[in-house]
Amino acid sequence: MIQIINTGVANLRSLQAAFDRLGCAWSLTEDANEIENASHVVLPGVGAFAAAAQSLDRLHLRRSITDRINRPGLPTLCICLGMQLLCESSDEADTARGLGILPHTIKRFSNDVKVPQLGWNEVRPMTAGPFETGEAYFANSFRLEDAPDGWGFAESEYGGVFISSVWRGRTLACQFHPELSGRWGQQVLTNWIEGTTC
Amino acid sequence: MLKSRIIPCLDVNHGRVVKGVKFQNLRDAGDPVELSYHYETQGADELVLLDVTATRQDRIAMLETVELVRRRLGIPLTVGGGISSMEDAGRLLNAGADKVSINSAAVRNPALIQAMSERFGSQCTVVAIDAKMTDGVFQVLTRSGTTAESLNAIQWSARAQALGAGEILLTSFDRDGTRSGYDLPMLDAVTSACSLPVIASGGADSVAHMVDAFEHGAHAVLAASIFHDGNMTVNEVKEELARSGIHVRI
Repeated sequence: MIQIINTGVANLRSLQAAFDRLGCAWSLTEDANEIENASHVVLPGVGAFAAAAQSLDRLHLRRSITDRINRPGLPTLCICLGMQLLCESSDEADTARGLGILPHTIKRFSNDVKVPQLGWNEVRPMTAGPFETGEAYFANSFRLEDAPDGWGFAESEYGGVFISSVWRGRTLACQFHPELSGRWGQQVLTNWIEGTTC
Repeated sequence: MLKSRIIPCLDVNHGRVVKGVKFQNLRDAGDPVELSYHYETQGADELVLLDVTATRQDRIAMLETVELVRRRLGIPLTVGGGISSMEDAGRLLNAGADKVSINSAAVRNPALIQAMSERFGSQCTVVAIDAKMTDGVFQVLTRSGTTAESLNAIQWSARAQALGAGEILLTSFDRDGTRSGYDLPMLDAVTSACSLPVIASGGADSVAHMVDAFEHGAHAVLAASIFHDGNMTVNEVKEELARSGIHVRI
């Protein structure tokens, strides 16, 4: 059973439909114990950094998510804002705190490109990881600039190179939306569920 | 680098896809679920579903259509037509839309743009602008082209951006259904007034028209009849665009 963390600020239908198409049972959870111990957990994210950070506080989920991700054998998938929440903070919200698992600050895209980045962009894994090079759908105004030490990562380009995905053990964080990235995205989800490395 | 997007548009009326010529003379063009999936497998980058009648009764049918389309569709889905409140937008998102497009309601109540982008995110908030050339200005039209507003499309696009819109869906009323190509002067004007991604819509009949739109700053192109008529598949269009030097996802 895949437990999808219900922060209350994300639109989850597309993700749920993607798991349905893969024949994987899912359910929504706000339960700290379940999040720490479930076989598969997704931290989704569409929306604003501050609102999502607040809802982690309101639901008292910070410790359980952090503890889970610090046990890298447990499959955890963080999507879009979910990936950004792994960081210390974001330029999007000066005072809101992320989970601080990655010692980085999320930055806005440069003014040379249209923001938000909306559309399909190439994702290139720079180390062996849970997917091959492919094209993914992005919808984001902010991004991770540098790869964290000890994590595998993929790069993409939009007004310069940015980090479009990071992974460690069975934890996978994607700035893009695998659930909206057609057949390639479906393969990313399958590989994450099954623990396949490409 | 980011790819130029090709977006088939399905005009939906009572749960069926229809084709609009200047928003009139509708004819049946099929089942939205089948057509959506068909376009995804052909290589569409995104889909837009527009509720062209959007009566109260029709809106319930539209929610059902969105749910059914979402079950099959693995690419982004934008839904527009008749959305006048946060509740309407929320219901469509819950049914499976990824983005919601607002038009007449945004003109009547610009605060809706801000409310949507704060609650759902700007990447989810599409402002659709229908406009036509009147006395030398691009005049905004609402209510499916039936009401002329004292609003200039160029200023309106900049205002929509300031209020938090994430994307502009720009339809030329003069070109819609004419097969004479996108309205390039309108595209030039709007893409220089606002820095949001702009989807060009209205008038496409060939790949050359799409190349023109991309060269005039469009971030994506919307097309209906070129695909519904079956003259070209989405993939054929993209291969030809690639040969013309446009970066597309193949």
